[in-house]
Amino acid sequence: MELLRFATAGSVDDGKSTLIGRLLYDSKAIFEDQLEAVERTSRDRGDEYTNLALLTDGLRAEREQGITIDVAYRYFSTPKRKFVIADTPGHIQYTRNMVTGASTADLALILVDARKGVLEQSRRHAFLASLLGIPHLVVCVNKMDLVDWSRERFEEIKAEFRAFAMKLEVRDLSFVPISALHGDNVVTRSANSPWYEGAPLLHHLEEVHIASDRNLIDARLPVQLVIRPQHQTDHELHDYRGYAGTVAGGVLKPGDQVVVLPSGFTSTIAAIDGPDGKPVEEAFSPMAVTVRLTDDIDVSRGDMICRDRNRPHVGQDLEAMVCWLTADSALRPGAKLAIKHTTRWGRALVKDLQYRLDVNTLHRDEAAPALELNEIGRVRLRTTVPLFFDEYRRNRTTGSFILVDETTNNTVGAGMILGPTDVP
Amino acid sequence: MPVAYELSHLQTLEAEAIHIIREVAAEFERPVLLFSGGKDSAVMLHVAVKAFAPAKLPFPVMHVDTGHNFPEVIEYRDRRVAELGLRLVVASVQDAIDAGKVVEETGPRASRNRLQTVPLLDAIEQHRFDAVFGGGRRDEEKARAKERVFSFRDEFGQWDPKNQRPELWNLYNGRHRQGEHIRVFPLSNWTELDIWQYIAAEQVPLPSIYFAHRRRVFERDGMWLAESEHVTLLPGEEVVEKMVRYRTVGDATITGAVESTASTPEEIVAETAVTRLTERGATRGDDRISEAGMEDRKREGYF
Ligand SMILES: Nc1nc2c(ncn2[C@@H]2O[C@H](COP(=O)(O)OP(=O)(O)O)[C@@H](O)[C@H]2O)c(=O)[nH]1
Repeated sequence: MELLRFATAGSVDDGKSTLIGRLLYDSKAIFEDQLEAVERTSRDRGDEYTNLALLTDGLRAEREQGITIDVAYRYFSTPKRKFVIADTPGHIQYTRNMVTGASTADLALILVDARKGVLEQSRRHAFLASLLGIPHLVVCVNKMDLVDWSRERFEEIKAEFRAFAMKLEVRDLSFVPISALHGDNVVTRSANSPWYEGAPLLHHLEEVHIASDRNLIDARLPVQLVIRPQHQTDHELHDYRGYAGTVAGGVLKPGDQVVVLPSGFTSTIAAIDGPDGKPVEEAFSPMAVTVRLTDDIDVSRGDMICRDRNRPHVGQDLEAMVCWLTADSALRPGAKLAIKHTTRWGRALVKDLQYRLDVNTLHRDEAAPALELNEIGRVRLRTTVPLFFDEYRRNRTTGSFILVDETTNNTVGAGMILGPTDVP
Repeated sequence: MPVAYELSHLQTLEAEAIHIIREVAAEFERPVLLFSGGKDSAVMLHVAVKAFAPAKLPFPVMHVDTGHNFPEVIEYRDRRVAELGLRLVVASVQDAIDAGKVVEETGPRASRNRLQTVPLLDAIEQHRFDAVFGGGRRDEEKARAKERVFSFRDEFGQWDPKNQRPELWNLYNGRHRQGEHIRVFPLSNWTELDIWQYIAAEQVPLPSIYFAHRRRVFERDGMWLAESEHVTLLPGEEVVEKMVRYRTVGDATITGAVESTASTPEEIVAETAVTRLTERGATRGDDRISEAGMEDRKREGYF
């Protein structure tokens, strides 16, 4: 059984909570005691029906204010797949939350209210999904019951959304007409939409092909730590030296010629140990493994093992799209921050802010002096240590980094690498 | 090896947990792993041991001991510690009571669950632990559903749910000042069913009370509680013998058993797949107190 991670996006009142509640309820991920608590709260609030949206409400602050404040995770499974939902709220802090919740998503689910159509916010959600490199996008046109299940309305929204998505990098885009409140086309096909030929939403989530979304071409192993048992009596263990890490791309096999960066030393993979200590014939992303080499060379945390003939960029100057995540400060040229990329920490200097992107219109403002909270722009960075990176669109693991404020230790920026600076 | 390069959900979850545990070992000076003998901590320990094999676990484990234990659980704890050659730190609620740091609750429904926070934070301070692994899962409870994998705690051990660090990709930020620490939850994305499937697949050893056994119990608040020296029966409560098993293991005075005949992990997987109550709702008196019970305790520094 495979695991699918998806993120939900929608403006306030589009029905996101209701839809998630519906998915959990209909897939039987809701337990009786949880349902009772929700029924009780619904009654106390004077709702006419059990408000499934309450199932996804988390903290006290939200209960008091009636809003969701951050990213929350939900789980359900069907006989076909296990699902992890990153549920992100749709108000002002939206960009920060969606970037946080959706960075590892395989799929983004965007809600559109059938009455309101494609809003500025829907465009923003689609843009963020494409910026984050989420391979699959599903647009749920919700509240179809309120537009009399009008096929014309559905087609109109579809056409409008498609026209906008053309400008983005979206590999796989689909549309489902639903009513989250009544459950139409969520788990089972609805009799209200005989004209709809696609699958109900859950079926789509179960079937969408995700295995080939991973990079299986460029072998990359960022070293997390060196495993040395240094056993006193057992000779084999005494000499054991393994490089532990999570495969970030490609396929690694015993016998492969590899190079270790930054030293440039080459060697051959002697063996790969899986998490059970047993030998693994092929290691691929996201397996956690320990690699042993035939030569005794100097390798430490932050190094990268890759194939001799397929190396990442190595350098201290790079360009990236950065999303700024804090209200405490702004990103300005000249700023110095800590940077974490794969298993490497360094410091980064912001050389230049090339433009700030308007996430609603995609307009580039080259005169922008800084990036504030929730703003996204293209920046040029210089780092204190060389990084071993790929373009984000080629590899989401070796192409991403975080920026950390050195005084507060807070994570303040999320970066997606476009390439080394000298490339146009 | 599959030609399609696919991992099962359990392999994916295990790989994610190992990645997290290794990051902590590499970036922190003094990590510790909370080991209560409960199934989640048993799975977490199992995964942690795999993360460093064939080397030994490079950090100690800690038990916050309420003194209200099931003897089977303490026996299991000590056995695992011996088998794996671990260093065990015990933070004792009884000691905290004796030292006057916390006050024992009174009455028939008294429990020591909430009292665990003080000895836990004291031990963290005393041993200068900078990273504390917990077996918490996001599917357990609503407040946990929002908590990060790396959860920052200030110098008072407090959690601020409104001010959490964004967490992106698999790039964890463990930076902190002296006196602050990070709680780390490698099993965040596991569900109860995943835990049982993993226990079955990996043959993770567990305390015997997780499997069906005959026990003298009485009914209180809709749960089967074990007869023990630490609880006083209320009028009308009557002890009977039943086939039961535990779904969670906490303070013996408030942890309820469920009726069951499941005696192997596989049988428990089958039961869990069709169960209609959450494990906390079914068996944890402490979480029933209020809807916001867990969130309040977590803010104070609880697990
Ligand atoms: N008629 C109708 N109402 C809906 C539907 N989905 C959600 N709603 C209602 O729209 C309102 C907002 O829904 P909610 O799930 O809280 O929206 P969220 O802010 O996106 O999470 C609630 O009153 C829902 O009952 C739908 O498919 N049809």
